[in-house]
Amino acid sequence: MIQQDVIKVGMADLKWAAGGTQLRTTGLGSCVGLTLYDPVARIAGMAHVMLPSSEIARESTMNIAKYADTAIPELIGQMKAVGAVVGRLAAKMAGGAQMFAFSGQSDSMRIGPRNVESCLEILANYSIPVLGQDTGGNYGRTIEIDSSSGVLTIRSVQFGIKEI
Amino acid sequence: MDAYNRFKALEMDVLKEVGNIGAGNAATALSRLLDKPVDMAVPKVSLLPFEEVADRVGGSEQVVIAVYLRVEGEAPGNMFFIIEENAAKRLLGQLLSLESGEEDIYSEMEMSALCEIGNILAGSYLSSLADFTHLSMAPSVPSVARDMAGPILSYGLMQYGEMGDSALLIETTFLEDREELEGHFFLIPDPDSFSKIFQSLGVLTE
Repeated sequence: MIQQDVIKVGMADLKWAAGGTQLRTTGLGSCVGLTLYDPVARIAGMAHVMLPSSEIARESTMNIAKYADTAIPELIGQMKAVGAVVGRLAAKMAGGAQMFAFSGQSDSMRIGPRNVESCLEILANYSIPVLGQDTGGNYGRTIEIDSSSGVLTIRSVQFGIKEI
Repeated sequence: MDAYNRFKALEMDVLKEVGNIGAGNAATALSRLLDKPVDMAVPKVSLLPFEEVADRVGGSEQVVIAVYLRVEGEAPGNMFFIIEENAAKRLLGQLLSLESGEEDIYSEMEMSALCEIGNILAGSYLSSLADFTHLSMAPSVPSVARDMAGPILSYGLMQYGEMGDSALLIETTFLEDREELEGHFFLIPDPDSFSKIFQSLGVLTE
């Protein structure tokens, strides 16, 4: 089998990669692309989080990659299983935008900022430092993390390419 | 979302008719604006995984112009009018004789004009739908964006996020002959709105 250089992480999905493989997710609007990186083991993980909390889940079979409070523990667990150490992990994240702004909108429309807040809170519970974030605004992003360096590349229509 | 998998053919047809009536009126409005005939494709009603929704307009990273309106009232939902960039420029040229040299630069005036076009079309879509179903449906103030299709459409899928990994949407495409003016209408009713639409149209659901 030919080795894949870029692994695609879908919406409400999470994956890890090592050995120089890239992880990529497209179409982050109010969703948050959260990445974790262990610089020693050179293992990167990425979750495309859609909603802040699983408490509101009404689905029969829950997709744990969808919610910040279930996706982050699952991603940490998967990365630990392949050799990452929680104490070495550092996070970077992008997304959490508010694509359209309205006055007097309900809380459910403020989903982007709430996703970011929720991710930060959960990372704090694990004492994982946040090395960089490019969140908020009103535009979409595509992100890619390099598992050999931990560099997160963020692309957007308005601002081009940015690295954190 | 399992609840939607069991929608019967009849119910799907009813939703198609919903799209047909709404978009038919919007197409008439567009045709009047342009003073030209506007064709419309047969509406599609589909239950799509989130990943695939943006594929309908050229993929998650395709840059599009989108007008978004939140539908409020008895059958709330989200509505998008999406056009590709070259179609947007052509529309501006035909309607307002606004010519700008640069492909991907839009002035405030141009964005505002596109927003208003979307508003007129969505307004006629919704008012005909409200007449047909006898449900109150009021559009919010429209909002326009030029961005990747994925982030834009995902904004309308959040209500589905808590229920599953796919959304039911009613899609209609406009075609203006020869000039290939392509516009897409997406009506994404909130999950709870379907039973109200069916009820008001006399379709019995168990």
